[in-house]
Amino acid sequence: MELSYGAEHEAFRREVVEFLQTHRDQAPGSGRGASALAWQKLLIAHGYAGRTIPKEYGGYGAAPDILKSRIIAEEFAKAQVSPGLGGQGISMLIPTLLEVGSEEQKRDIIGPTLRGERIWCQGYSEPGAGSDLANLRTKADLDGDEWVINGQKIWTSTAHLADWIFCLVRTEPDAPKHQGISFLLFSMKSPGIEIRPLIDMTNGHSFNEVFFTDVRVPAGQIVGKRGEGWKVANAILKHERGSLADPNVMLSRLNGIKELMRSETIDGRRLIYSPVFRDRLMRVEGEVMAMRCNDLRLLSGAVNNADVGIAGMIVKLQTTELRHELERLAIDVMGEMGVLYGEGAPHLRGNGSWQWNYMFFLGLIIGGGTSQIQKNIIAERGLGMPREPKLAIG
Amino acid sequence: MEFGLSQEQTMLQDSLTRFLGDSGSLARARVFNANNEGRAPDVLAGLAELGVTGLIIPEEHGGVGLGLLDAALVSEVLGRHVTPAPFIGSSVLAPLALMRAGSAGQQAVWLPKLASGAAVAGVALSEATGARENAGVTASGGRLSGRALFVIDFEADVYVVADKAGGLHLVAADAKGLTRTRLPTIDTTRPVGELNFDNVEAEPLAAAADSAAVVRFLIDTGRVMYAADTLGAASAMIDQAVAYAKERKQFERAIATFQAVKHMCAEMAAALEPCRSLVWYAGHALESLPAEASVTACHAKAHTSEVGTRVAKTATEVHGGMGFTDLVGLHYWFKRIGLNRQMLGGPEAVREDAARLQALAA
Ligand SMILES: Cc1cc2nc3c(=O)[nH]c(=O)nc-3n(C[C@H](O)[C@H](O)[C@H](O)COP(=O)(O)OP(=O)(O)OC[C@H]3O[C@@H](n4cnc5c(N)ncnc54)[C@H](O)[C@@H]3O)c2cc1C
Repeated sequence: MELSYGAEHEAFRREVVEFLQTHRDQAPGSGRGASALAWQKLLIAHGYAGRTIPKEYGGYGAAPDILKSRIIAEEFAKAQVSPGLGGQGISMLIPTLLEVGSEEQKRDIIGPTLRGERIWCQGYSEPGAGSDLANLRTKADLDGDEWVINGQKIWTSTAHLADWIFCLVRTEPDAPKHQGISFLLFSMKSPGIEIRPLIDMTNGHSFNEVFFTDVRVPAGQIVGKRGEGWKVANAILKHERGSLADPNVMLSRLNGIKELMRSETIDGRRLIYSPVFRDRLMRVEGEVMAMRCNDLRLLSGAVNNADVGIAGMIVKLQTTELRHELERLAIDVMGEMGVLYGEGAPHLRGNGSWQWNYMFFLGLIIGGGTSQIQKNIIAERGLGMPREPKLAIG
Repeated sequence: MEFGLSQEQTMLQDSLTRFLGDSGSLARARVFNANNEGRAPDVLAGLAELGVTGLIIPEEHGGVGLGLLDAALVSEVLGRHVTPAPFIGSSVLAPLALMRAGSAGQQAVWLPKLASGAAVAGVALSEATGARENAGVTASGGRLSGRALFVIDFEADVYVVADKAGGLHLVAADAKGLTRTRLPTIDTTRPVGELNFDNVEAEPLAAAADSAAVVRFLIDTGRVMYAADTLGAASAMIDQAVAYAKERKQFERAIATFQAVKHMCAEMAAALEPCRSLVWYAGHALESLPAEASVTACHAKAHTSEVGTRVAKTATEVHGGMGFTDLVGLHYWFKRIGLNRQMLGGPEAVREDAARLQALAA
């Protein structure tokens, strides 16, 4: 057990802290306005965004150092300063292209995506293909040197904001279902694309239905070979699962509940003096602590190339469920106040973020592989139990 | 940065696992139970040979001089094997009390005996956490009176006793005026008992500047050790449930192919794995992160107990009727987890303690 990051890394931490002190007033709030793009450029120039992406592809070009990446994340979070742009293009497509993209794709796509000039959406799920993603039907036929795409996607987050889509389509209708899929990239401005908004339970418009009618895409806009799309997609799913787990954010939410319980009173009594709520608070605190320790173990495993057993496989399941429960606690603590919702509502606490997160994290329990699918994976790959008859993935 | 076990620590767990064996240990626990043994000299001798009895005792007193994370790792293996042997009291808390609050003379007398397994020490702390009515020990003029309940590693030659005022004492098992009553509990692998003191001669462990802080540290340490024992016992139960599910056939298929059964197993494993990380951290914190040690110990104890209890129930259910029988002996683990949960504070009590430590409670 050695929990310190060591002298070299602590020096690096001081650099990050200094950067934040000097530049924090340039940091944007939320959104993707001009100031956000300028901030992103500044972060890339200093190696705080796109850190390990090679220079020739528009990144900073540092050697991978997991601890340095962690330090950057920690210090930006502590300072409550935007860590730069996110989104599915940056968090999912770029890592995938780095692994399996062609040289040309890396040169053309990674830079603009990283700088926030090209926004992506992920076109995987379909009405008939959710957990059973490989059942997807949207088809692409080669016509000369163009794919012609017909079909429908659903739950496509940010499709209404996106410039481009990375999309799974069926190109080999006669092949077994996992081997007939290809991974295509194309512009959302292409003729034949229709986007219909879906309103989610938070009242937000975050995802959409996307319809394709004879959408024509140059044949070269494929990642990997024809029929290899499932392999490419699985690399991305791996990135998605990993990125949901931030127990340090959970800690700051937990501290938020403590604050709430110290400041709110019901019947003249501060909520922190309610033994029942206090016990629930401590229960959640213990669970958050366990996930933070687990996270340290994963970090250490990644740094030292050590086997961590099933400690990684359980993270999506445990953290999304725990976060949902944590937000629930805040709502319960507030009693009737907990039901207030919507911008400008009188008496609203925390901008309504407790209810919003409570619902949002139910979405994350479902999205990217439901809790039940996670349990299948843990049982099968973690505990060596027999596979679901139809879940055999290539 | 390394959050994990060293090679030595893994070897320590492996060698102990080899000694305890996978099947032999339950068989030994059964005999221990059937004969109502207080001590299993063969097991104790083996543990002594491996250095387990002297694990945290300094080398100059015949021990191995390892730390409390190492002790937690041993506790885990002992729980895993439902080992009928003293450890948390005799090999961790009592030596710790002597090392932190005993005089040089007391250390020289007792530490070598504990290290070699020649003596076993019981520990009476329950009056310092969760004191009962009609119980509690008071010290006056070097003599103890009153009652200590739920004494850990009860079948002992000497006892470390906490009094109501935060003082610590050593009492010989055969001291005049001391009445010892074993308390039958669900867990037959580790004797627990009651001590009644009628003006009993005792030696104060009075070398520490702040005796109450030592008592607090003993409680924190004990909680982490019980959490580790539960971790080991629960992971043994999961392994047995998974293995049984792969073997047992119903409706012409292994029950492991039923998704309900798979999900029971996955839920157990997903809940328990973070406890492993938490127990490691809490074990490390005891000596290396003093500012966090108490709260972390509370959470390790409470959370691992909650998960352990759920695992104990679910793993039993996976076995069907067989789980309820004495035949497979799964209940030894069930009961071990059950005892660990209550000792030195159940989850609610320990969480309340965690709240108090953070000034969240009145
Ligand atoms: C907030 C959010 C954002 C999303 N963003 C995107 C996006 O940008 N792009 C995209 O492509 N998709 C996106 N999705 C879709 C998401 O990946 C799917 O919703 C998810 O994979 C589940 O598929 P489904 O909705 O069809 O549910 P179904 O697969 O129909 O599942 C319904 C229920 O059946 C259970 N079930 C299904 N199969 C099994 C099985 N084998 N064993 C046990 N239980 C099973 C599920 O666990 C669930 O409880 C998003 C979803 C959400 C909620």
